[in-house]
Amino acid sequence: MEYEAVIGLEVHAQMLTKTKLFCSCSASFGDDPNANTCPICLGFPGVLPKLNRQAVEYAIRTGLALGCRINGKSVFSRKNYFYPDLPKGYQISQYDLPLCSGGNLKARVLGDDGRVAYEKEVRITRIHMEEDAGKSLHEASRDIRSSLIDLNRACTPLMEIVSEPDIRSAREASAYLKELRQVLLYLGVCDGNMEEGSLRCDANVSLRPKGSEKLGTRTETKNVNSFRFLERAIEYEIRRQEMILSTGGTIVQETRLFDANTGETRSMRSKEEAHDYRYFPEPDLLPLVVSEAQISDISARLPELPEAKRQRFISDYSLSDYDAGILSSDKVLASFFEKTAKLCGDAKVAANWIQTEVLCEVKDVETELPKAKVTPETLAALITLIQKGTISGKIAKDVFGDMWTSGKEPEEIVKSKGLVQVSDEGELAKVIDNVIAANAKQVEQYKGGKQSVFGFFVGAVMKATQGKANPAVVNRLLKEKLG
Amino acid sequence: MGADLCHLSIGELGALLREKKVSASEVLEAHLKRVETLDPKVGAFLHVNAEQAMAQARHAQELLDGGRGVTALTGIPVGIKDVIVMDGTPSTAASRILSAFKGTYDATVVRKLHAAGAVCFGKLNMDEFAMGSSTENSSVKKTLNPWDLDCVPGGSSGGSAAAVAAGFCPVSIGSDTGGSIRQPAAFCGVVGLKPTYGRVSRFGVIAFASSLDQLGPFARTVADAAHLLEFMSGFDDLDSTSVDRPVPNYAAAADRGVKGLRLGVPKEYFIDGMDAEVEAAVRGALAELEKQGAKLVEVSLPHTKYAVATYYIVATAEASSNLARYDGVRFGHRAKDPKDIFDLYVRSRGEGFGPEVKRRIMLGTFCLSSGYYDAYYRKAQQLRWLIRQDFLEAFKTCDAIVSPVTPTAAFRFGEKAADPIQMYLSDIFTISCNLAGLPGVSVPCGFTSKSLPVGLQVLARHFAEETLVQVGGAYERATDWHKRRPAL
Repeated sequence: MEYEAVIGLEVHAQMLTKTKLFCSCSASFGDDPNANTCPICLGFPGVLPKLNRQAVEYAIRTGLALGCRINGKSVFSRKNYFYPDLPKGYQISQYDLPLCSGGNLKARVLGDDGRVAYEKEVRITRIHMEEDAGKSLHEASRDIRSSLIDLNRACTPLMEIVSEPDIRSAREASAYLKELRQVLLYLGVCDGNMEEGSLRCDANVSLRPKGSEKLGTRTETKNVNSFRFLERAIEYEIRRQEMILSTGGTIVQETRLFDANTGETRSMRSKEEAHDYRYFPEPDLLPLVVSEAQISDISARLPELPEAKRQRFISDYSLSDYDAGILSSDKVLASFFEKTAKLCGDAKVAANWIQTEVLCEVKDVETELPKAKVTPETLAALITLIQKGTISGKIAKDVFGDMWTSGKEPEEIVKSKGLVQVSDEGELAKVIDNVIAANAKQVEQYKGGKQSVFGFFVGAVMKATQGKANPAVVNRLLKEKLG
Repeated sequence: MGADLCHLSIGELGALLREKKVSASEVLEAHLKRVETLDPKVGAFLHVNAEQAMAQARHAQELLDGGRGVTALTGIPVGIKDVIVMDGTPSTAASRILSAFKGTYDATVVRKLHAAGAVCFGKLNMDEFAMGSSTENSSVKKTLNPWDLDCVPGGSSGGSAAAVAAGFCPVSIGSDTGGSIRQPAAFCGVVGLKPTYGRVSRFGVIAFASSLDQLGPFARTVADAAHLLEFMSGFDDLDSTSVDRPVPNYAAAADRGVKGLRLGVPKEYFIDGMDAEVEAAVRGALAELEKQGAKLVEVSLPHTKYAVATYYIVATAEASSNLARYDGVRFGHRAKDPKDIFDLYVRSRGEGFGPEVKRRIMLGTFCLSSGYYDAYYRKAQQLRWLIRQDFLEAFKTCDAIVSPVTPTAAFRFGEKAADPIQMYLSDIFTISCNLAGLPGVSVPCGFTSKSLPVGLQVLARHFAEETLVQVGGAYERATDWHKRRPAL
């Protein structure tokens, strides 16, 4: 029997607020263990939570960007379970009345050639807010086995973005997650750092006979923290379930973990030992009420989103779908491109330079590009030098290399290294005459009909002028002189 | 004048302090001395922070000497229920599981009292985590009723009530989740006021049932309770459930009289099995109020019969969650040599919590568990709404509701301890008020033949604490029950 995979993703995004969800501690990453804690996030006796309004705004912004309905009244609930790094013994989350409901996201699914094969629309079920738990560190290296707890992360604000089970393959899943990450970065509500865990994903996977409407039993693979792992985990899970079903077995509903070393998922806990979270409305917080005015205010301040930007790049700059896709894939990159294009007046050339030279130098656009020594201003100046014929495209690549390391202005590099292109016909004619005189054998070959030797003459002229000769002029003069 | 200082109202004490007839240190020392000599008999205090308190008294004296920033509370010693967290002071909620916990911050109410110049000088005994009606559930010790040492002081704020009755402090603070201020106030013959939910910040109050808990004052007079309430009240940015509305001068309402006020007498609050002497005392109080010009009207609170059951579902559900943080990892008691994390939780909690707390955690966990939530918790929430509606309906025809506080006067130790249901029923007249979030007060209204105090309960509309003070003050002026002192 042929099976169809039914996949839904639950994405946890840590919101980029300065402070935690229910106290004024810093929500920054990487500080000394327990440095960012207070009686409130430590769950000390007597403390009460106080909602961070910035986090509410971020969640609303995300909801609006994903086409969700923002619920005027939402409710925080307690999710009760015991865990050493959960200070209060419950997590404050939203349960039956979340902040955002409904919505959708269009993902661009790539084919084997790495180009966009088709677009996939994934519906969003809900977005709710919740606080994170802390982190347990298990030390086996000491004499006594010990566990240490770092509560810096406890009470930091998360959004949980839950999709409908609309996804059908591992590739669609990672396309959806990539698009979602892009949207979050565009909105400035999450740094999208999967390694540090500020964006993590649970994948619910089930299989059903192709054509069937009924959902099969699902498993949930927890905390996958890279696109590659997500694809591998889902692929493994589909194969595993297929194997069980095709041999007449039944799938056990359970929570699984992905092991990146083996590429396999394994059982973490089964439904039988699943927690009864005993949700009930958090009595220490009033229902969260947001007004229409607040929502429309946030809506009015929404930035342009990746999809809109891509469409605009195609129409405004006549870029190809592929180029527009790459250049809009990141907010920083898109703005770098737009500035360069506007300054040099040639979007296509700017797009090429950025896609070849700039992206070749930076591995991580978001963090490295803003710090790069080449700016849209200097790159546009470089392109202008080519347009004016001051330097050749080839020389420009060397100049770019120099700019990237030294941060100097292109004019300055061109001037100090004497790289100005030679277009003077008299000067070039002299060089060509010398080259022809010194290579009688090749002249004979060319005149005998061997056209390929022409390139040899161009190369020799370039060599003699240290690459500074204007190639167009050289070509024309050579043709004239060689007859 | 030493011992005499221990039987004054804060109005009288404040006058002496401001007129420099006595210093704040002398006032504190007189009370510390009385606690030292007599508390071994009563057992009201769990902890006395004499050194910190002396520093506070000196600070209060500086204010008095400078004549600036002086309030009605400057230099007044205040006893604090152990459920309230105080920086650097043991704050254990009378539980073994918090035995090693010292506050690392001040509860908002403590901060406010300090700002008013009050001297918070000790922590008062209570039922563990405020669960109980007799203070027999304290994991530390018994508190005895100053009027009869064989009787309970009531609960859960038994220590706070007994301390004021015994002259250990002129005023104290307690918490009321289902009657825990009004019931011990009635048993100990003092005034106890439970404000509207949201009137006083709960920040720093070790939670029992978050949607019901509210702090309030104990005092010897209605005016004193009103004064203390004024300083405790107000919006707190740290408590989202506290309400942002102006705080009136409550004490001013004490002199208004009751002429023309309509007082509702709920027919469901005069039940069979009620102690005849208690009923007689309360009826007498109603007659006195009528004599002063109030009009008594019969009102009905038809859902009263569901109140105790509703309360024990809502309160225990919240408690089961609120007490989850005491897992043996922090704050004090931890089981020795646990095998694993599960063993650590189970044994630490098993050893750290007393039987009543365990009973309630189990009940609450059950009510919230999947499959039972709808049958219990959701139903209870619906009933809670109906009980509240009963009151709103009744307040259409009356300005306040008057009733007994408890069906009986203080009972003897052990009398109800073996039967939780009997114990729970002693809160039958006080519980509905918490479910509805209303304010209520208990004022002394007589004594039984065994010289045990009886309390009159007055309930009012949300944020109508002034009405409580008005009715209580009028009654108090006409009687002298509140002037009697237990012989210790």
